[in-house]
Amino acid sequence: MSIISVRDLHTQFDEKIVHKGLNLDINEGEIYGLLGPSGCGKTTLLREMVILQEYSRGNITILDKSLNHISQVHAQSLRREWGVLFQAGALFSSLSIAENIALPLVEYTDLSLSMINEIVKFKINLVGLKSADGLLYPSQISGGMKKKAGLARALAMDPKLLFLDEPTSGLDPISAREFDALILKLRDMLGLTVVMVSHDLRSIYDTLDRVAIIDEMKIIYEGTLSDVKTSSSDFVQTFFK
Amino acid sequence: MASNLTKNIQGDKLSISFSGELTLYTIAALQKKIDSISFNEVNFVVLDLHKVLYLDTAAAILIVKLEEDYNIKSKKTTIICLNKKILSTLELVKMQRIITNLETKIDDTKDSSLENNFFHSFLLFMEFFGKLFFTQLYYLKSFAHIRFKEIAFELNESAIKALGIVALTSFLIGLVVAYQSAYQLKLYGANIFIVDILGISILRELAPLITAIVIAGRSGSAFTAQIGAMKITQELDAMKTMGFDPFVFLVMPRIIALMIAMPLLIFVADILGIFGGMIVSEIDLDISYELFLERFREVVDIKHFLIGIIKGPFFAFLIASIGIYRGLIVKNDTQSIGLNTTKSVVESIFAVIVCDALFSIALTNLGI
Repeated sequence: MSIISVRDLHTQFDEKIVHKGLNLDINEGEIYGLLGPSGCGKTTLLREMVILQEYSRGNITILDKSLNHISQVHAQSLRREWGVLFQAGALFSSLSIAENIALPLVEYTDLSLSMINEIVKFKINLVGLKSADGLLYPSQISGGMKKKAGLARALAMDPKLLFLDEPTSGLDPISAREFDALILKLRDMLGLTVVMVSHDLRSIYDTLDRVAIIDEMKIIYEGTLSDVKTSSSDFVQTFFK
Repeated sequence: MASNLTKNIQGDKLSISFSGELTLYTIAALQKKIDSISFNEVNFVVLDLHKVLYLDTAAAILIVKLEEDYNIKSKKTTIICLNKKILSTLELVKMQRIITNLETKIDDTKDSSLENNFFHSFLLFMEFFGKLFFTQLYYLKSFAHIRFKEIAFELNESAIKALGIVALTSFLIGLVVAYQSAYQLKLYGANIFIVDILGISILRELAPLITAIVIAGRSGSAFTAQIGAMKITQELDAMKTMGFDPFVFLVMPRIIALMIAMPLLIFVADILGIFGGMIVSEIDLDISYELFLERFREVVDIKHFLIGIIKGPFFAFLIASIGIYRGLIVKNDTQSIGLNTTKSVVESIFAVIVCDALFSIALTNLGI
């Protein structure tokens, strides 16, 4: 079943055309990769999917809701169905790690405080941090820890959909592999659908089920990695050499 | 997203069966129901998850916690469930809890750092001054080191763009002072003394102070915010690694520019302040512009004007150095910018007033 579908998507900033008629489908339970050279509009597409940015023409449908003229109520309910991990973590700097993760729980549910603490502790450990790290503030932790904390926050509400913007960039190889394993584990256990932008070849081969490769404003390949070399594009030939 | 639970007691065996989707949004209500069950006469507890369609991790934590709690109370607890997905979620939660419990507890006693210590921040400020004078020497060594382009840019930012607001403020201050004085002077028929009052008070005190306060609010806060943001985005670090000393490129040009700008702004403030006073004198006290200016030349010494202008660079130095210092000590979070900007404005206005008081005392004692 297709959980996200993009149809004939056009994006244009002033004179600069970013997307020219993108079409793709992301199925439930899939780990889907958006690949392409720098500046090809992968992150832009991701931002459009999570309603951070508007596209010029076309349509994106997520969980059977079209993002064209989406009402405030529908947008709000969609936002609770997904978690987003930004490139640098984007943790709220005035809150500790634990408070960052607890924030959506406190705002959106009527759980008791002790239950919230349990959930926060669980998520912190799930992503490979220590409970004591929860007391630290974002300015006191390393880039890798920020990523993990960001993932814990994205997972706080047990979302169906997870958007990851370069999840393994800036991580050491061991943490990066752990991160990949974690994503796979989460997908299997929680039935997550994961959409990620990545440049990390290991991570791409280890985790992704299907990919879309964007180059020169269009999707030049969509499908499994095993067939990717059939594409004649320069980017694919160089990248997957 | 409906969920429900039913309880069933048979002798000393309690079975709680859950049904529907157990998620973040539904478990708060379930927990209340469970809390209201009395377990006094129960020895065996069965948590039945047969009819559960979906279980998220929050709900899994609830179930595992219930099991743990009952076990502690020495009641035999079993979880019945056939759904593999739900079982694996429960398993995951259990595993994580074991890992968490193994973790050695680190007590989070806050170290009593010198961070908020007054003495420490005083030392930091002194360090800043040290670097500042060091850079000044570097500037003096060769004219080529002076960043004229940056200075010109900052002059435009903090002097030319500030002209309007400084002129307007001092004009209004001149107007107000003249208006209030006129009322008092009329009582004694000492109308002409308005010139003395305005001349001395505006040239010597009011124009420099008002200009300094406007500039502290305008440029001082801008310096802190600009440099603070640059610190957060690691621009300062980037500059340092590329061999561009921030003191040469950012700090000195701003300080020099403001020290040049301030006397000029005070001069403008003088003109507009006196002009405001002249208008009131004409309307309220029937002192014509010619008479005002003639009297002005007779009674207001040049020294009053010079004292006002001389204060400018001193005030400018205080405002710029406090603003920049506050920007440089911004920590790596967004709140720190707000806090330091507030502090930089408050501190620089305070410093300006203290400096003005010192000038006042010193010059009066010198008989100037």
